[in-house]
Amino acid sequence: MKDLALEALGAATAPGVSYADVRVQELRERSVATKNGKVGHVSSSVSLGIGIRVLAHGCWGFAATDDLSREGLARAAAQALEIARAGTLAHERDVVLAPEEKYEAVWVSPCAADPFATSVDQNLDLLLAVDRELRRNQGVSLAEASLTFERRRQVFASTLGSLIDQTRTVTGAGFSALSYRDGEIQKRSYPNSFGGQYQLKGYELVEELRMLEHAPRIAEEAVALHSADQCPEGEFDLILDSSQLGLQIHESIGHPIELDRVLGSEANYAGMSFLTLDQLYRLQYGAEIVNVVCDARLEHGPGLGTFAFDDEGVPAQRTDIIRGGRFTGYMTSRETAPLIGQTRSNGTMRADGWARAPLIRMTNVSLLPGEQSLEEVFGGTDHAIYMETNRSWSIDDKRYQFQFGCEIGWEIRNGRRTRMLKNPSYSGISTEFWNACAAIAGPEHWTLWGTPNCGKGQPEQVMGTGHGASPARFRRIRVGSAYGG
Amino acid sequence: MDTNHCEEIFELAARHARAQGVPDVEALIGWHTSALTRFANNAIHQNVAERTGWLSLRVLWEGRTARAGTNRLDGESIRRAVEEAIALARVQEPDADLPPLAEPAALTPVERHFADTAAVTPQERARAVADAIAEVRAAGQTAAGIYSTSDSLTAVLNSRGVDARHAETMAQFSVTAMARDSSGWAKATACHHRGLDPVALARTAAGKAAASAAPLELPPGRYTAILEPAAVLDLAGQMFGDFSATAIRDGRSFLAERIGRKVFGENIRILDDVYHALQAGAPFDSEGVPRRKLSLVENGVVREVAYSRQAARLAGVSPTGHGFPVPNEYGEAPMNPVIEGGSTSLEEMIRSTARGILVTRVWYVREVDPSEKILTGMTRDGTFLIEDGRIARGVRNFRFNVSLLEMLSSVEALSPAVRSSGEEAFDMVAPAMKVSAFPFAAVTRF
Repeated sequence: MKDLALEALGAATAPGVSYADVRVQELRERSVATKNGKVGHVSSSVSLGIGIRVLAHGCWGFAATDDLSREGLARAAAQALEIARAGTLAHERDVVLAPEEKYEAVWVSPCAADPFATSVDQNLDLLLAVDRELRRNQGVSLAEASLTFERRRQVFASTLGSLIDQTRTVTGAGFSALSYRDGEIQKRSYPNSFGGQYQLKGYELVEELRMLEHAPRIAEEAVALHSADQCPEGEFDLILDSSQLGLQIHESIGHPIELDRVLGSEANYAGMSFLTLDQLYRLQYGAEIVNVVCDARLEHGPGLGTFAFDDEGVPAQRTDIIRGGRFTGYMTSRETAPLIGQTRSNGTMRADGWARAPLIRMTNVSLLPGEQSLEEVFGGTDHAIYMETNRSWSIDDKRYQFQFGCEIGWEIRNGRRTRMLKNPSYSGISTEFWNACAAIAGPEHWTLWGTPNCGKGQPEQVMGTGHGASPARFRRIRVGSAYGG
Repeated sequence: MDTNHCEEIFELAARHARAQGVPDVEALIGWHTSALTRFANNAIHQNVAERTGWLSLRVLWEGRTARAGTNRLDGESIRRAVEEAIALARVQEPDADLPPLAEPAALTPVERHFADTAAVTPQERARAVADAIAEVRAAGQTAAGIYSTSDSLTAVLNSRGVDARHAETMAQFSVTAMARDSSGWAKATACHHRGLDPVALARTAAGKAAASAAPLELPPGRYTAILEPAAVLDLAGQMFGDFSATAIRDGRSFLAERIGRKVFGENIRILDDVYHALQAGAPFDSEGVPRRKLSLVENGVVREVAYSRQAARLAGVSPTGHGFPVPNEYGEAPMNPVIEGGSTSLEEMIRSTARGILVTRVWYVREVDPSEKILTGMTRDGTFLIEDGRIARGVRNFRFNVSLLEMLSSVEALSPAVRSSGEEAFDMVAPAMKVSAFPFAAVTRF
């Protein structure tokens, strides 16, 4: 792969090219799923290719190919240059890159148990055991469980002289129980929706999740939801579990801080951001107890946004996004950082594979743990609604107004769960919501969740992002409006 | 890759499988090139191209099946894919419900490949983009958007003799025009790039941005809504996964107890028709079964749903040619919806409305409730107040929570159906709709 990268880089270094980088990537995947006592699917795949990015005449050109012959690499490099030249036909200003050092590195993400070394029958045995446990409850009409393993090795080379070889292993696991009764569909998922939990780990993640132990509770809750009361509509104190809070961070903090979005690059598709440049260091984004970082370093945890270098060769960093409630930072790239007077990218450029050009993407955007105990989070109010596990999510294209639905809710009175509530939902305006944050549980309740399905860019790229959070409480939030008619 | 190459790849895979005692092999083989010129702030800022081929191979014997894929199409990589698929299948318990491979069936070809669209150059795309930017800039606004072209070949071959191949080109142009406090959007897709008019799309987007300047904040509530075709398809498109025999069997579909019942208004008729002149896509499914035209909804009554071969076998009916690659948990879905239109133009809908909201497009549409098919989402890039039969001014964008059962039972008028494209569902043929008492739940800040 190193030889391919250097060959392609050589081909891309043509007259008129002021900068070039290449990424050779091999992706190996395995996916195993069960459904109602049977194999749902078993599949594996391998994909190998190269993406070549050149900066010429002040414009970007990118071409990707799976033809890795010398001729194929030369054709792709020439195509990237031709595309860059075409960009001059609609050109406003030359791209200027923030300086960066040259790096030579080999990095392999920690993986205690190689998931690809596990046998498929071992995988199926576990999933079918979970499936049996779920369907032991007669009210469960559809039981589904899945495991996914992914290993990406990428060699990055650039005309700065960088040569970076990274291998990342990601594991995902989870299950769900769906209950259909009298035309009503209710569902519970473990440990999260979207297929469960995903982390930069090996098979040890599957073992840590202890899925079999949780199956009876999940089945019971899915069935019980049919008899639960509808979540009331009105303003309530709201407590969110850490997985739902992770998605709340993703949508109402993670996307708005993407500097390319702020500057208009996504205006036609993903949208823009309410975090205009005049808000930096001025906006009171949240309450004083709200501290958010964007952190791709391994020290932050095994997140889907953890790596050693981003896809333009910038080392992983931690950036304060919200400090003491104040908005303090964007996610940047080598191209966008100078546009706001910053001297260096904070390393968030990522591509979803060899075939796509890197964009600013969330790494691990996390709410730092608070100082309260879980008892204080739940008991610090007489009456609240507690919600767990995302069911629906939607936010406007500038990231102000959101609405989320969850799989299950509970009414909390004096710190104790009372009645179960079905179809819970809440809505609000991003900054009002974060300013209403009243309590955040401590580090012992903090989980780094993986969101595997974040879409952005044209052509669309689907990226895995990380979001750490502890359960937290928010004052006087609009609840139940999704069913308000 | 040409079609002969597909045959070589399949023969090689089948030979390796036979050598290991597995006679039944199915191959999805594809090749794809695409290029996309992206612009924002009145300039091209991302400009990309990609090409790849792939083989997705399935083996099947004694009720066991598994799939292995690779984009490496040399002999050694194909051999490894065959061995991997066999290894994945070998450990499974036999499934008596798994059908054998499909048998060959006559296909009705559709002509959707145009050599000159496949040959569009970066310079041609850039010139079209520059013209569109000039149109928006002339209105004192800022343009963002894309122009893409692609060329693809898809083939399904199996050891029973299925040999289904489809080549298609696709061009796509979308543009957002941004003014100081408003925006407008337009988009079109076509198999031939001459079917797109980038300057006309830019003019439409700029016109919407100008007309929606200084948006008024209206209170949320129920309003008559006129939904342009892109908004209709991005809402209605959320329900076609429910027109699936497997989803109904699993209790995942809102139609589970509604087949044969009138669930929408009398004026709602929906087909799935890959052969429609305004549609795109291959006339066969992932097992090579010819797609059948389905009458999904007739005068508000749900009539037909899609059946993969496995779902059809379980139900004792014929497959409809809508199956996903086997093995999978979701079965099948209609992929080429045609929502039949009416005779009321968009202008007539506006003229006949005393007070209502005109919606250009919707955004971030998600399912709130699977049983009643309640969807939430936002309006975007051109939302207008209609008063006394004319567009009065722009309004701030709304969040809605609407049940499709209610929405499609409240359609007062339909425009002629056109090929439409949004961002929340796949392209389809759809009309504009005038909907009474559409529930807008909240309003945002812009």
